[in-house]
Amino acid sequence: MLILTCPCCGVMADETELSPGYEAHLKRFGPGSTPEEFEAYMFARKNPKGVHFERWRHTYGCGKWFLAARCTATLEVFGTYPAQVSEPPADIIARIQARRPDWKADWQPDGKAPK
Amino acid sequence: MSEPVSAPVSAPVSALGGASFQGFATIREIGPLGMITLRAKGVKALGKAVKAVTGTKLPAPRRIEVNGDRACGWMSPDEYLLIVPYAEVSAALASLAKSLAGEHHLAADVSDARAIFRVEGDKAADVLRKLSPVDFATLEPGELRRTRAAQVAAAMWAEGGGFTLVCFRSVAAYVMGLLTHSAQPGSEL
Ligand SMILES: [Zn+2]
Repeated sequence: MLILTCPCCGVMADETELSPGYEAHLKRFGPGSTPEEFEAYMFARKNPKGVHFERWRHTYGCGKWFLAARCTATLEVFGTYPAQVSEPPADIIARIQARRPDWKADWQPDGKAPK
Repeated sequence: MSEPVSAPVSAPVSALGGASFQGFATIREIGPLGMITLRAKGVKALGKAVKAVTGTKLPAPRRIEVNGDRACGWMSPDEYLLIVPYAEVSAALASLAKSLAGEHHLAADVSDARAIFRVEGDKAADVLRKLSPVDFATLEPGELRRTRAAQVAAAMWAEGGGFTLVCFRSVAAYVMGLLTHSAQPGSEL
């Protein structure tokens, strides 16, 4: 059973109170992008065994969207954070690195966490 | 042939006509209550506007402030539930419109869109424990918990030796069925 703390209302919400929103931090490619970029934006999704960032909605609670970092293999939750960011915040990254020293932030060219 | 509509407005009726059930806890459908959904965020006049209608302060996140038959509950970062006597909804809406004139907000009468239940008795929490993913042992007095009751959305809070539960009117009979079944004598937890 997955339990995520909603950062919008503070409730420790059971998975059955939430709706999944799938991969977080997608960058939109719309008009003007190449067909390859648009196809990737539209269809290509990460499916990692390990650290993953996701969108969730507290459907039966406050109704708000938020983001979560968790491990898909163990269901360990590293943290939840507001949806109004384009990258995971530093404290979430630090917690992931403490628990998964080998993990690399794949959106950074050098694989290091943002400063 | 259609007749011109001139009949007096009929008296409001609650969803289930005050249905009740006596199990190991008492289930009562109550109401109708006047209920207003107020959506606003970061509006300076909000506290005063709510106080003028409910006589309460603006609740903190996940709290409900009760003042006799009036209350104000925190529903989300930009949504409040105002409870007033059913007959006073129009006056309350007019008061809100005046207090919040020019401010970005929405106030809607949802009285007839809701059903309200009371679950009462020493083991009232056991009735709800079976239906919602809520830790009732840590639910604080004055805490308003939005969650689900089996398959439908519900909001509940502890009040006067039991709990008050609000759901959509369209699922009132479903929720009455849930509460009745959950309160069957001998099924205490
Ligand atoms: Zn929430």
